[in-house]
Amino acid sequence: MTDINQNPQAAGKEEGPIGRFLRATEIDPRLIGMVGALLLIWIGFHVYAELFLGGGTFLTPRNLWNLSVQTASIGIMATGMVLVIITRNIDLSVGSIVGVTGMYMGLLQVEWLPQYLGLGHPAIWIITVIFGIVLGALIGALQGSMIAYLSIPAFIVTLGGLLIWRGVAFLAADGRTISPVDETFALIGGGPFGAIGATGSWILAAIASAGVIWMIVRGRGNRRKHGFPLRPMWAEYFMAGLGVGLIAVATWVVNAYPWPKGILKQYYEGLGQEVPEDAFISHGYAYPVIILVVVAILMTVLMTRTRFGRYVFAIGGNPEAAALSGINTRAMTVKIFTLMGALAGLAGVIGSARLNSATNALGDLDELYVIAAAVVGGTSLAGGVGTIYGAIIGALVLVSLQTGMVLIGFGDGSYRKIVIGAALVLAVYLDILYRKRLK
Amino acid sequence: MNTTNRGTPLVEMRDISIAFGGIKAVDHVTVDLYPGEVVGLLGHNGAGKSTLIKCLSGAYQADAGDIFINGEKVEIKDPRDARAQNIETIYQTLALADNLDAASNLFLGRELVNSFGFVDETKMEAETRKIMGRLNPNFRKFNVPVSALSGGQRQSVAIARAVYFNAKILIMDEPTAALGPHETQMVSELIQELKAQGLGIFLIEHDIHNVMKLCDRAVVMKNGQRVGTVNVNEVTDDDILGMIIAGKKPAQAV
Ligand SMILES: Nc1ncnc2c1ncn2[C@@H]1O[C@H](COP(=O)(O)OP(=O)(O)OP(=O)(O)O)[C@@H](O)[C@H]1O
Ligand SMILES: [Mg+2]
Repeated sequence: MTDINQNPQAAGKEEGPIGRFLRATEIDPRLIGMVGALLLIWIGFHVYAELFLGGGTFLTPRNLWNLSVQTASIGIMATGMVLVIITRNIDLSVGSIVGVTGMYMGLLQVEWLPQYLGLGHPAIWIITVIFGIVLGALIGALQGSMIAYLSIPAFIVTLGGLLIWRGVAFLAADGRTISPVDETFALIGGGPFGAIGATGSWILAAIASAGVIWMIVRGRGNRRKHGFPLRPMWAEYFMAGLGVGLIAVATWVVNAYPWPKGILKQYYEGLGQEVPEDAFISHGYAYPVIILVVVAILMTVLMTRTRFGRYVFAIGGNPEAAALSGINTRAMTVKIFTLMGALAGLAGVIGSARLNSATNALGDLDELYVIAAAVVGGTSLAGGVGTIYGAIIGALVLVSLQTGMVLIGFGDGSYRKIVIGAALVLAVYLDILYRKRLK
Repeated sequence: MNTTNRGTPLVEMRDISIAFGGIKAVDHVTVDLYPGEVVGLLGHNGAGKSTLIKCLSGAYQADAGDIFINGEKVEIKDPRDARAQNIETIYQTLALADNLDAASNLFLGRELVNSFGFVDETKMEAETRKIMGRLNPNFRKFNVPVSALSGGQRQSVAIARAVYFNAKILIMDEPTAALGPHETQMVSELIQELKAQGLGIFLIEHDIHNVMKLCDRAVVMKNGQRVGTVNVNEVTDDDILGMIIAGKKPAQAV
């Protein structure tokens, strides 16, 4: 068989080049909208700084690298919030779960474990990370059980959780800040040493590119096997090129951000050497960013390739139909909130590692950013609709707005809140318009 | 057809009662169903027909009464138990997840998976195309959410779901309510074909002509109670209408 594109719907319908392009590549138009908005924000901040502050500082490797690190923890939680919102629930407690898991992880690795294992023992960070994720999962499971089996609305259970876990976080160490955390643990938060460097980043990029191409080839093979219409060959090449291109650009950017002088000095001192004249050591991808990407891939697989993901969408679309199809909707609710809690625990790991300390204020207001990220990323509060990649782009949009405002000098909080609040409402309104037009 | 001494019924629902608040939706109703038989469930709106069959499909649990499958008492606590007994249901409300496409709805709760345990979307779509080709050859909308389908198209998805999994007992709650004359004709043919294969079918249907044409027996309900059961070929449609409207039991009824 040759690669003939057979498209039954195309016949008889006039279509512009954009429509044809979208159909052939099967790109979701809303994805283009979100990416467009993101680029607009980036360019807007850059140009503003260029014009009024005497130099564009937004689209620099340094800022973009920081942006990627700052997005990690909100992005990770947003992927879980997508599931929660798709099933017509909400979780207001994630920020407080970040706080409480961060506090107990701090106590565990700084005050408890070293007593038995000795300070700096290599097992400390592993035990701490597992503990934090499991603690988050348990909190999520408890809340999910109350929602599913006691029929208390998720809004109420997690609003209670928001207050309770923040209170527990304070009491855990009587409001003390615990610092510094275990040295290896701190690397999970990113920073010059918490990144994989230039070579590692290119290797990762190569693996990711191979993955993109493999998926495209396999998808095509699968469709051909069942005799389904195939995408035109140019669209396949375009998608492969786009995927590999994006990976290459991202890698180039993170590798273009070198270690600052102080870190170089510290590094070469450790080696017992002088800092060379032309020393240039790239950051490369930071660990939290790699964690975010891995979480995003796993969550995407979960949502699109497993029964679990199907059931999430089915429950969101029609809970009654899902139950009549034999889906245990209550157990699903518990599992979804458990997953959300575990992801909040993971965000707690990254947050406290990045701060290099545990404070009871960690994750304060995160729930709002996480929910906003999911919603800006196209997750419908009416349930049934949402994507993982959308939530991550949503997180990027919000964090970009936030850091951009700081960058151009509107960093005192009030403006930031106004802008982000307005962006949230606007994004949801645009989404409503888009959906209306579809119908 | 003789209704007595035909061996063990495929399904027997004995003395089923269920109430919502103060309303006795089903009040001590007994019905049975034999292989290769179509039993019509009739009655005015709110008579309790859907509620009765939901006790069989696992959507509700009866407050009292027993269910026997092939003479053996079974507990049907949820829809999974019903499916395990090869009971398939087309609900009056269709019970489709609007945001999912036809294939996802057809296989909902029973997704096909590959050797890695991942949902095999292409296989499911291929199977859906096959069965829809048989049931509704005009159906083309495989890649859109079922919210974008017409009422009749949605109904054919719900029918396909019930038929695909080789049910032994089929419950159809007003399966032709949204269908045009041609599609209704196709469903009639389908019912006759499935009956010939030996399935037992409970058919809830308001159209008396369809009842006379398709059913072997008819059970009439009124206000949650069973008015009577008749062999369709022993009565006229006026007899049945009399049972439905006035609750008047003809001499032939049991
Ligand atoms: N979940 C429920 N909660 C409360 N009352 C219910 C419920 N389901 C059914 N009922 C009541 O039980 C009675 C029987 O309803 P049912 O749906 O079985 O009627 P039906 O015979 O199928 O009617 P129709 O022909 O309109 O479909 C009605 O009075 C209805 O209001
Ligand atoms: Mg009904």
